[in-house]
Amino acid sequence: MCDDGADAAPGGKMIEQRQSDMRPDIRRRPDPSLDEARLRQQALGVKLRQIFDEVVNEPVPDAFLDILKRADARQGEED
Amino acid sequence: MPGPSQTPDAAREKAFKTELTALIPQLRAFARTLTGNAAAADDLAQDTLLKAWDAREAYQMGTNMKAWTFMILRNHFYSEKRRSWRNVQLDQEAAERSLMAVDDPLSPLALDELRLGLAMLPAEQREALILVGAGGFAYEEAAEICACAVGTVKSRVSRARKALQAILESGNYQRDGAPASEAMGAILGDAVRLGGLR
Repeated sequence: MCDDGADAAPGGKMIEQRQSDMRPDIRRRPDPSLDEARLRQQALGVKLRQIFDEVVNEPVPDAFLDILKRADARQGEED
Repeated sequence: MPGPSQTPDAAREKAFKTELTALIPQLRAFARTLTGNAAAADDLAQDTLLKAWDAREAYQMGTNMKAWTFMILRNHFYSEKRRSWRNVQLDQEAAERSLMAVDDPLSPLALDELRLGLAMLPAEQREALILVGAGGFAYEEAAEICACAVGTVKSRVSRARKALQAILESGNYQRDGAPASEAMGAILGDAVRLGGLR
């Protein structure tokens, strides 16, 4: 991880050390595969939600509402 | 018109029912992704509705009813091992058909490929991915629904994503021998298009 620190102790390496003094987060090697992976994951997420939402957006079959209506009726009898 | 004479219990039940009714579409969607079969899913979701209604006394109003009902649905799904929804077989022919037909990313069949991929996942990975990736639950909530540790949910989701990516890629690859990057371009195009609509 921080290989800079490991090289700091031997004196002969000071110059090299200076040169690599740039912050580690600056040496960003462009890694297209990482971006690709992220984009692919996003694409997967969008599709997953679409599959789920397709069902969510379907009209609710009457049978479902009947269940709750019957529950009401049952309750009415109990009262 | 129920006025002030309405008992607090009646008001509570009415509120409960309203909230439960609003959750029906979500419950159907969750059941559909668990079973992969529309008829079995509606059976499961209807059972869930009844169970939730019968257990209404146990529900604390103001807490997360969606998570509560999803938990009931999930438990019912796993406890009823002999029920039809457990024995729904993957329709191999339909699966192959859909794998052939994903050339056009605008085609609804392109989604069938993902449905197929979902069906191929181990159930625990599928449910974790659906809860977090489509159902809008936080990892913590999904962990509660699945009665497992948060870390377990995270790793299941991550494994599910990897497996699906692999399935999607190999499907595209087998289909036309095009480089994976091309297949991916289609998937991304799809995503961008859909993203614009949301």
